[in-house]
Order: sequence, then structure tokens, then C-alpha cells
Amino acid sequence: MPIHEKHLIRPENLSTHDNLVIDGVDVSGDWSTFIKARVVTDYNEQIEEEISALPGGEFIHRCWQCGSCTNSCTVNALNSDFNPRYWIYLIRMGFEAELVRDKDLVWQCVSCNKCTYACPRDVFPEGVMKATAHWLELKGHTVKSPSTQFDEEFSSQVFRTGKIEDGRVLLGFFRRSGQSLFQPWLVVMIKKMIRGLPLVWLTKMGWSALFHPRTRGWGPAGAAIQEYAREQEHKHLAAVRGGHPEAMFDPAK
Amino acid sequence: MDKKTAYKKVAYYPGCALEGTGHAYNKSTRAVGKKLGLELEEVKNWNCCGAMEVKNIDPKIQTYLSSRVMSIAANEMGHSVVMAPCNGCYHNLKKAEYDLAHDEGSREVTERLSSKAGHTTYEAGQVETIHALDWIKDAIGEEELAARVKNSLNGLKIANYYGCMYTRPRHIFPEKDSGPGSESTSAPHFMDDLLAAAGAENVDFALKTACCGGAHTLSDADTSTKLVANILIAAEEAGAEVIATECPTCHTGLEMHQIRAETNFGIKTNVKVMYFTQLLGIALGLSPRKVGLQENVSDGRAALKARQIG
Repeated sequence: MPIHEKHLIRPENLSTHDNLVIDGVDVSGDWSTFIKARVVTDYNEQIEEEISALPGGEFIHRCWQCGSCTNSCTVNALNSDFNPRYWIYLIRMGFEAELVRDKDLVWQCVSCNKCTYACPRDVFPEGVMKATAHWLELKGHTVKSPSTQFDEEFSSQVFRTGKIEDGRVLLGFFRRSGQSLFQPWLVVMIKKMIRGLPLVWLTKMGWSALFHPRTRGWGPAGAAIQEYAREQEHKHLAAVRGGHPEAMFDPAK
Repeated sequence: MDKKTAYKKVAYYPGCALEGTGHAYNKSTRAVGKKLGLELEEVKNWNCCGAMEVKNIDPKIQTYLSSRVMSIAANEMGHSVVMAPCNGCYHNLKKAEYDLAHDEGSREVTERLSSKAGHTTYEAGQVETIHALDWIKDAIGEEELAARVKNSLNGLKIANYYGCMYTRPRHIFPEKDSGPGSESTSAPHFMDDLLAAAGAENVDFALKTACCGGAHTLSDADTSTKLVANILIAAEEAGAEVIATECPTCHTGLEMHQIRAETNFGIKTNVKVMYFTQLLGIALGLSPRKVGLQENVSDGRAALKARQIG
């Protein structure tokens, strides 16, 4: 029998034979690959509860593994290792070690919401992906992903001034993630923009990158949001056993 | 009040992107509205809706941010309709509307933050949020639009690209998929309808609601470039000369990753990218400059000239 979703089985758990005789019958060709028997004892049954406590993860318990999420997934079409159904399975079974192997993939969810559209059980898989990526960071399994760095840069600008400005976000993100501004595509893009944009507008954009545009009277709203965000960050950290405080978001930074 | 009357004068929420890289979308939306006799009153002192990022910090903060915009439109300006041309803003206002109508926790947080910020708390149902597509489709319609066309798009071959946030997830758009005349979440057609009325030929384009990777356009640029390359190649294979857009993030993403696909992956495509409001404006007799065509990174002026448009 062929093994479906064979790519999910790690190579070291597969046993392959060119010539195989079982009980005197030559089964070469038909039965060349076997999954090795193994016993898993290191369950962490707390994972589902911890991820459910983070925003987006609330409805993971509804999943009945139909696979509509993975089937519709934008990122899965580029990389079959990106598999929301499988991760939800691992979380619900408590296979922490297996989940952690994909620690640097989960954050790549692009939030297109095709999974949420397709899901017959309202699991909101897009939210589960975000909660799982957040959990992996809070648990200390991985460092803050570029996506988290971007979210934090963007959000702290909104919390401070009420608005964002494209150039300021780009500069802030490149600084945070230690990337160079001199990327070939960016140079071409900026040259083309300079050609087309009126001088007044370019001056205005440069001006806003230096002197941040803000929503008038934003102070009290910004302060209330920051206070609430801090409370939530503490709540999220407390929900994850052994959580790492350095993975929390500080809106003032 | 019927939609035709209700949408004649609406509150306008341009959002951050339309003041930055999406400047041409802002300019062309305003110009088309003026040309069609529709009135826009900008929401006073608006703030960011939270885009794709704030929800990953905490979804209820995003609900509050979007609710503040709707509260100002309703309680300080007396509007019952808010029009947002950006898919991200439109999506977030719709999502806040849904969450405030259905989730007690979202209501509590919104009330707490609104009272600390010192403004009236937005109540679900105070305004209807619409997209620029709904606005023109329902206030003007194809028939009237066709009658006002001065400068037909002359069979220009267009692939209409709607993106993710205009249609998904379904539950935040209760008015879609609701019978004849309504927009479809699986096969959206409002942009196709308007551009056909302006004389364009819409090509059979399979990736109308595919994702451009906008959320990770900088943080996972290679993924976004691959996704955009798929969209550009599919549009070219369908025979499109222009991809029409209705979102500043999609539009900038298509332009940026068209360049990046060439510099980083050697994938060259020639299809041009224009906002649907730029195309409509030109059809209505506005000059390319008036709709900001010279500001597009993807320069489509030659494509229009080749079809003797404008």
C-alpha cells in the first residue's frame, strides 16, 4: 500500500529495501518501504491548552482533521512541509518534539484566510497558526521571527502616533532585523518612484519619515492601548508554562 | 434609503497607505468621485485600522482601532456609511463590526479603551462600511457609467485582481453571496462589471482572489515574490495587458515583487499594474496625470497609448 503524505514521515523513521522476501514470498517492488515501529512517551498534553489561551488559538479543539486547511493553503502550495492540519494534530496529541522541528516554518503563514474560508468546523486555522508561532517564541523554542519583528515595529508606531508611514515602517523594520537598505530591488523601485512622483510628494514623504505624522490628540488613546497591550502580554506569558519574558512585546520600544 | 441615494455622500476613510505609497489610489478615487458627482467627506482625525499587524499582537486592539474610525464618522460627523478604498481598512472595519455585534469580550475592551481615550464608544450597526467598488457599483451602476464614458477603454485586456481581504473570511461580509446583484466571495465580479462598462475586455483570470503575500511583503520577501510571480504569469498567460487592482498593499506588492522577481529570480514579466479607479477615471475623460498614472512604478502609459486610449 502506498504511504500517503509520505513527506510527513521523517527519513530516519522509514526503512527501504530493494529486495525483500517475507515468509518466502518475494514482495520486492510492492513493499519496498516500511514505517519503523516506535514508541512515543514524551507527550506534553498541556500544549493544546496553552495555545488555546493565546489570541487566535481559541477554537483549535473543534478540529476533526479533514485537511481542508492544508488543501487550500497558499504557503503549502509553495512548500509541502507547511501543513496546518498536521500541526493542529501534533498540538492536540501533545507531540511537542515533532512540532518543534517545524519551529521556523509556522510563522510563514501569510494570513490569506483561505483555510478559515474552507474550514467546516470554524477552527479559524489562520488564528491557530499565529497562536502557534507566538507560543513557539514564548516557550523559547525559537527566536522572534521576521514577521513578529515587523508586527512589533508596526504596532509600536501605531500605538505611539495613531498612524504609520510606509517609509518609517520600512526603515524601522530593516533596522530591527539588521538588513541592509541597499538591496538591488529596492534601488530599482526607488529610482522608478522618483521618476514618477511629484517633487512635492517626495518631499512630503521624506518629511513624514523624519517628523512622524500623528493623529491629533492621540495621547490618551495611545496610552490606554499600551496599558492594555502590556496587561495582555503578561497574561499570554502566564498562560505558557516556563514562558520566556524576553519574548514579550514591549510597546514602548 | 436605497443604496443609490445613501452612497451619494459618504464618510471617506483613506487610511495610512493612501497617504504614502498608495497616493495615486487616493488621488484617482477622489477624482472619479468628483467626476461622477459623488461626495466624499474625509473622516476627521482618523487613525490606523491596525492593518495586518496589530491583530497579531492582540486582535481586540485592532477592533478598537477600527471602531474609533467608525465612531468618529457616526458620532462626530453624523454619517451612516463609511467608504474605505483599501482592502485592509475595509476588511478591518468589517471585522470590527462583526466582532462588536457578536463578541462580548471585544465590546468590553472597546468600551474601556474608548472611554480612556475620551470619545463615544462605537456601537455595532451605527455605520455600514463599504469598499470603493460597492460605492461606484451601487451609487452609479454599470448602465449610468457606460453612458458617461467619454474615452472607452477600447477592448483593453484586463485581469481583475481582488486579493484576499476583500472576500475572506466569509462571515465578516454578510451582504456578499446573498443572491442576485450581490458580490461573490468565491468569484468576485464588481470590478469586472465596472471595467467592462468602461469598455475593457476582462480576461478569464483564475487568480482573482489568490494571495500576493502582502502580510509578509518585507518580512518573508522570497515567498511574496513567488506568489506575485504566479499572479503576473497567470495574468500574462490569460492575455492581459493590465492587471487592475483595488488595494494599495496588493498594488504595491505586485509592483515591488515584479521588480524583485526579475532582480532576484530572473523572472521577467511585462504586464502593467493600475488601480481600477485610474482606469475608470481615464474612461470618464480625466487625464492620465489627473489620476496619477505617472506615479505608478509599473508604467502603463505606453500600453494605453497602443490602444489609443486617452
